[in-house]
Amino acid sequence: MKRRTFVKGLAATSLFALAGTDSEARSTRRNINNSNILTGNEFFLEIGYTPVNLTGSNAVATTVNGQIAGPTLVWQEGETVTLHVTNRLKKSSSIHWHGIILPPAMDGVPGISFDGIAPGETFTYRFKVHQHGTYWYHSHSGFQEQTGVYGAIVIKPKKSEPFRFDKDYVVLLSDWSDEKPTAIYKKLKQMSDYYNFSQRTIGTFIDEVKKKGLGKAFNDRKMWNQMRMNDGDISDITGYTYTFLMNGQAPAAQFKALFKKGEKIRLRFVNAAAMTFFDVRIPGLKMTVVAADGNHVKPVSIEEFRIGVAETYDVIVQPRSNRAYAIFAQSIDRSGYALGSLTPDGHALAKAPRMDPIPKLTMVDMGMDMGAMSKKGDSAMKCSSGMKMPNKKTMKKYKFQAMENQKYPITKLPMARGVQTTMMAMSPKYRLDDPGVGLRNSSRKILTYADLKNRYSTRRHRKPDREIVLHLTGNMERYMWSINGIKYADAKPLQFHYGERLRITFINDTMMNHPMHLHGMWSDLETGDDNHLVRKHTIIVQPGSKISYRVTVDAKGAWAYHCHLLYHMAGMFRKVVVA
Amino acid sequence: MQKLLLSILLGMGLTQTVHADMEDDPLLTMFVMDRFEVLDNSENTRVWEGSFWIGYDLNKLYLYSDGEATADGLETSQNELVYSRAIAPFWDAQIGLVYDKNADASRTWGEVAISGLAPYYFETRVALLFNAEGNIGLRLDAEYEILFTQKLILTPSLEADFYTKDDPKMSLGSGLSNIEAGLRLRYEIRREFAPYIGITWEKTFGNTRDFNPIDETNFLVGVRFWF
Repeated sequence: MKRRTFVKGLAATSLFALAGTDSEARSTRRNINNSNILTGNEFFLEIGYTPVNLTGSNAVATTVNGQIAGPTLVWQEGETVTLHVTNRLKKSSSIHWHGIILPPAMDGVPGISFDGIAPGETFTYRFKVHQHGTYWYHSHSGFQEQTGVYGAIVIKPKKSEPFRFDKDYVVLLSDWSDEKPTAIYKKLKQMSDYYNFSQRTIGTFIDEVKKKGLGKAFNDRKMWNQMRMNDGDISDITGYTYTFLMNGQAPAAQFKALFKKGEKIRLRFVNAAAMTFFDVRIPGLKMTVVAADGNHVKPVSIEEFRIGVAETYDVIVQPRSNRAYAIFAQSIDRSGYALGSLTPDGHALAKAPRMDPIPKLTMVDMGMDMGAMSKKGDSAMKCSSGMKMPNKKTMKKYKFQAMENQKYPITKLPMARGVQTTMMAMSPKYRLDDPGVGLRNSSRKILTYADLKNRYSTRRHRKPDREIVLHLTGNMERYMWSINGIKYADAKPLQFHYGERLRITFINDTMMNHPMHLHGMWSDLETGDDNHLVRKHTIIVQPGSKISYRVTVDAKGAWAYHCHLLYHMAGMFRKVVVA
Repeated sequence: MQKLLLSILLGMGLTQTVHADMEDDPLLTMFVMDRFEVLDNSENTRVWEGSFWIGYDLNKLYLYSDGEATADGLETSQNELVYSRAIAPFWDAQIGLVYDKNADASRTWGEVAISGLAPYYFETRVALLFNAEGNIGLRLDAEYEILFTQKLILTPSLEADFYTKDDPKMSLGSGLSNIEAGLRLRYEIRREFAPYIGITWEKTFGNTRDFNPIDETNFLVGVRFWF
């Protein structure tokens, strides 16, 4: 049995009816073409257990209205939405509206915004929608997001958008495991490389010796081994246990989106995975990125983009021939992929292209100063020379010097270097034009943060009043994650001052990408042009790198601020208090 | 057993505050039977080496046991119960008790140890023991993993023991007492379950050699499992 079963099918239908969805009045100019769509301003959502079969084995998911993914919610900018969320689980639950600007009590984070929704209870969220674009929702309780409590949010704009499209689809990516998340977490704590089956072997060493010679190959290995770092450590949890889903469909089932030749198709990509970054492409088609995290950007034409956990990208594609195109989303570690088809008739399905080679982390990802290394041939970390240098261009002229030169009063924060941290980026740099590990030498045009410019001027935005620096820290060996070497349980809340413009700089002292999400306020990302700061809600901080963004602190109350990798979250988390 | 250990742990005040909605540091356990093997010698000696821990990220209670038996019954075993605390990113400090037993006698030691991952991925443990007879012992363990493939793994290991005094009843002599080197090739059918073949070389030295002369090389077959 390949397709999932909905035991809650009946209940779900009646809920739909109650919600008064599909009202003709609301289906404005363009329809969202997916099924499982709820439109309106009052919604009834039920979180419950649903038996599923996504892998060939039976498992029990936690779902919204009995579906994986949960229904897409379509709102209208300027309206007030009311969402009645009933918890049918045996445990406390919640829904967080990711990227939505709303009052703190509506944000849905147990322990910070509210107490959570107790079993059998209904919590009613009500807030005015001040924005438009592509967002998503998910449970903020335990590991429920991993087991299925997520869905897309599409907010229709008041004014028409500055680009044209004929069809509109949500493409929601996620990762599924038949293993219980608590069992996965336990395994990671027992043996942190449990799911990593692309480690260095004698074979890869021999290959390297052939390529580089014994001395150089040996030196390359030496440094990593000395530091007890694994350059194959790309994803904590991999395709070994994960099945990657597109709109809830496994690759074998394939999500299908219809098109007519020549039509412009808007694809709203949402990464609702618990732990997986995806590299997305549609072989044969260029994609024009028109929005990032719901907000319009200057259109940029690309062939592939990396989408971090919790990010969203809107792209427009225009298929010119009458054939099926693969929507191909390979996991960052190449241990699997999610797959769908853009198809002219619903029958023709595209084949998955071959996955790219398994990436290896480099010295860049360790935050080494490649400039200094090339001069001295030896870095501050005592590593031998001979590691692969990044392309010469970035070394000659440091593109983001202007960002480096910005100086604001820095508020010192507590910092601990101890058991919690195994690495420190010696020379972290802004790497906005770095497509990231595994995509660096691609012949395809890859989107980078440096390509993102706000569609609208941010010239009149205030300059920051002050700056804070946060180090992302971890101990991969013990599988512990923290900020500034202090885990959430031991940390004091971060104090933001109401009314201020704050610059936040992240330094990633780990070998892993962390998607950092600030609740309640926008993150205006510096991508090299201060007049076009990119408005986002989730910012990828690449391994060994540095990144800065600005926040207008305009929302009083308590907010969550954390890494959106679900198994990092409990430690790599801060409560923010705006007063 | 688990309950007992848990209550000991609670008694030691090791439990940590549980965070609101997701437990970042839950109480976990791990049982590892690193070696469970039969030697290809005349006695078909059976050897085990295992550990169990219960605890949190930084504080754990460990139980170690290793030893060997023949068809005639138990020959020797070394058993330890230690409290283990993370003191550096890759290192734990441990303190506890050791109970050594052979066919004729037994010894209880106090122990302090350092255990962890040395640079170059050497799994290392250094233990200092002291007992009521005034004997001081030093036990060193090191292990390394070489991956032929993702599942075929070769593990060289080395153990060496030193003592300050002779202890004829336990067949221990002062100075370097014994060295054991091993080479085990396992195939991980799953991470948790791996049959292996291997070879060990064991030799006693100095006065220990007078009490218990050993110099033998044996092939072995075994299985490694954990949960």
